[in-house]
Parts: sequence; C-alpha cells; structure tokens
Amino acid sequence: MKKPLPKLLALFLSFLKIGAFTFGGGYAMIALLENEFVARKKWLEKEEFLDVLAVAESTPGPIAVNTATYIGYKVAGVLGSILATLAVCLPAFAIIFTISLFFDRFLSLTYVGYAFRGVQVAVVYLIASAGFRVIKGMKKSVLSVILASLVFVAFILLSIFALRFSTIFYILIGGAVGLSVYAFGVMRERRRERLSAAPSEGTDAEKREGVSLEGEEAPEEQKEEEK
Amino acid sequence: MIYLQLFLVFLEVGAVSFGGGYGMISLIRDEVLSHGWLTEAELMNFIAVSESTPGPIAINLATFIGSSQGGLLGAFLATLGVVLPAFLIILCIAALLKNFLKYKGVQGFLSGVRPVVASLILATAVTMGIRVIFGLSSVKESFAFEYKALVILAVLVAVGVGSKCLLKKKASPIVMILLSAGMGVLLYGVF
Repeated sequence: MKKPLPKLLALFLSFLKIGAFTFGGGYAMIALLENEFVARKKWLEKEEFLDVLAVAESTPGPIAVNTATYIGYKVAGVLGSILATLAVCLPAFAIIFTISLFFDRFLSLTYVGYAFRGVQVAVVYLIASAGFRVIKGMKKSVLSVILASLVFVAFILLSIFALRFSTIFYILIGGAVGLSVYAFGVMRERRRERLSAAPSEGTDAEKREGVSLEGEEAPEEQKEEEK
Repeated sequence: MIYLQLFLVFLEVGAVSFGGGYGMISLIRDEVLSHGWLTEAELMNFIAVSESTPGPIAINLATFIGSSQGGLLGAFLATLGVVLPAFLIILCIAALLKNFLKYKGVQGFLSGVRPVVASLILATAVTMGIRVIFGLSSVKESFAFEYKALVILAVLVAVGVGSKCLLKKKASPIVMILLSAGMGVLLYGVF
C-alpha cells in the first residue's frame, strides 16, 4: 500500500501553502481546503469533505490540525497524516518563533507600546464577536441556553472575585450534563416502551443498556427505577 | 522544569479544547495566568500578533507562549503538546471509528460541551474587557477607569456594525487590529 512520493510531496506542499496563507484561524481555512482538495486535486468527494469538517469540529484541538490530519490520512495513510499536520503547523511556528525573538524589543519602543494598548481593545472586540457568532450559530434548546447562561454568569463572578476554577472543569461538566440528559432521555423512552409493551421484557434490556453507558449516569438510573 | 510544564499544559489544552482557536483562548488564558507566565496585557498582545499572522491561532499562541518561557525548545514542546491530542484522536477516528459522529453518546456529550464553549468565549471577552476598560480584573485590584480604551472599543463596534450593515461584510480582524493600533498611538501618544 505504498503511495508514490509525488502524492505525498503534493500533499505536504498543499498544506504548507494553506498554513502559510490563511489568516484568522481554522474557519478561514475551510474555503481554501475545499478549493484545493475537492475542486482542484479531486482527492476528496464533496461528501467526504463535509464528513471531515463535521469530525474536525466535533473533536478537540485546532480545526486546522484536525482537518489536516484527517485529509492527510484519507489521501495517503498515516504518513500522509503526519506530513499534512507538520506542513500546516510549520509556517505558523517559523513565523511566530521569529517574531517572538524580537517582540520584547519591538514592544519597548514608545509608540509601539501605545499602539498595542489600542490593539488590546481590538482583541477584546474580536473575541467578543467570535463569541457572539458561535452563540448565534448554536442550536438553541432548553439545555443549551441554561448551560450557556450558567457558565457565563459563573465564569464572570468567579473571575471578579478572583476565585480559581479551572476552565477545563466547565467543559467537562458541560459534557457530563449533556451525556446525562441524553441517557435520561433514552431511559424515559425505554420506560414508556416498556409500559406500553410487555412489562417483563424491558427490564433486562434496560439494565444492559445502563451498564454500557457512562458511569456517572448510575444514580439517575436508580432514581428512575425506584419510581 | 519549565519544558515539561509547557508540554503538559498545552497537551491538556489540546485535549479538551472543543470549537477551535477561539474556544482555546479561554483555556490558554486560564493556564497562562495561573502559572504566572504572562500578564493579561502580555497575553492580549500575543493574541493580537497571532491574529495578524498566518496559521492556526492555537499553533501561533502555543509557539509564542512556549518561546517566551523556554526559547526554541519551549516553543517546540508547547506546539507539539497542543497538536498531539488532536492528531492522535483524528487518526483513531479516521482509521478505526469511522462512525464516530453517529454514536448517540458522542452527540449527547457535544450537546453539553458546545454551549459551554460558546459561553466561555464570550465570558472571556467580557473579563478581558473589564480589565481593559476598568483597569482591574478582580475586586482585589485597584480601580482605574480607562476612558480611552472605551473610546477605542466604541469606534471598533461602530466600524464592525457599520461594515456589516452597509457593506454586508464582516470587517477583517487585521483591519480592526490596525485601526485600533492607530487609535492607540493617537490617544495615548498624541493627546
């Protein structure tokens, strides 16, 4: 299953180009990726490309790295995924590392310092507008609105009162809540089925289902059974 | 051992950062401030540079912070840390779990994670905004109202909204950064 070198080289160069010329992070990269791999090189079907995007957005890590690894693998296996990922990171790494060598001296120039005091405000603006964009695009449900509001209030209060609570916990708690709500919904569905159909059959199936789900759902399942 | 710390911190960030670069900013900010690696203002300078140079924001930030704390090796390890979880997870999905997104449990998990990440991005912006405009981020610090920062923010919002309504186009981040740099020089340097 050895791929010919030219394809690997082409893959590497494509991602090097994309890494070197996309400003504004992963989402800006998507149009370029589609143009390069679906329209021009025809290495991926449109359908496959959409699958890649869906996975890249649903897994942790930079979107650019996720798509590079996935497309690299689809085009040329493990070696392809390594080369694509390396290529997409290399320009950013080289450029930023070079800047970081001179940045302190650059910043100590009086007027550059003034400029960056203004730029800090732009950073607030850019992050806020990204936040609004993501919230606007979010699927609105009772769960998502409650979770988002709680996290928003908690985060700001804790930071104003200088109480430390790792941001990672918010994300993990959010995931656990989402999973619990899903498991709870499944169980209620089964219970309804069990009540409408033969009552004796459902119990076993439900128990087996409960085991295969995450550990943290156990208390909820018990509550459900006690009722 | 700064090198090991850099690697582990960015490994952790890389493993739980859903929603791309902006989602990562709140995680990175949390780690960087609590380790005392950078001040809030320094971090915001780094974010501005990361926004105005090509490449994924997450990689830019990791490289920048790594380099500021541990030179070339630090930059390399931080970047490796942030990339590695994504790389391994995607490889597993591409090779073994082709139906990854079809699992209902995954969808359940993500339905909880997505609103949290969205909210974290906005909350981070608000916290940074409080710091920039009121000169403090918690009640422990002294209050200093920065009306010049408020003026700059007002102009940016006006330009942002204006370009969306009149030109039907989002103002590019680089334009916003350059605009605010100009206003910074004008307000802090000239007046």
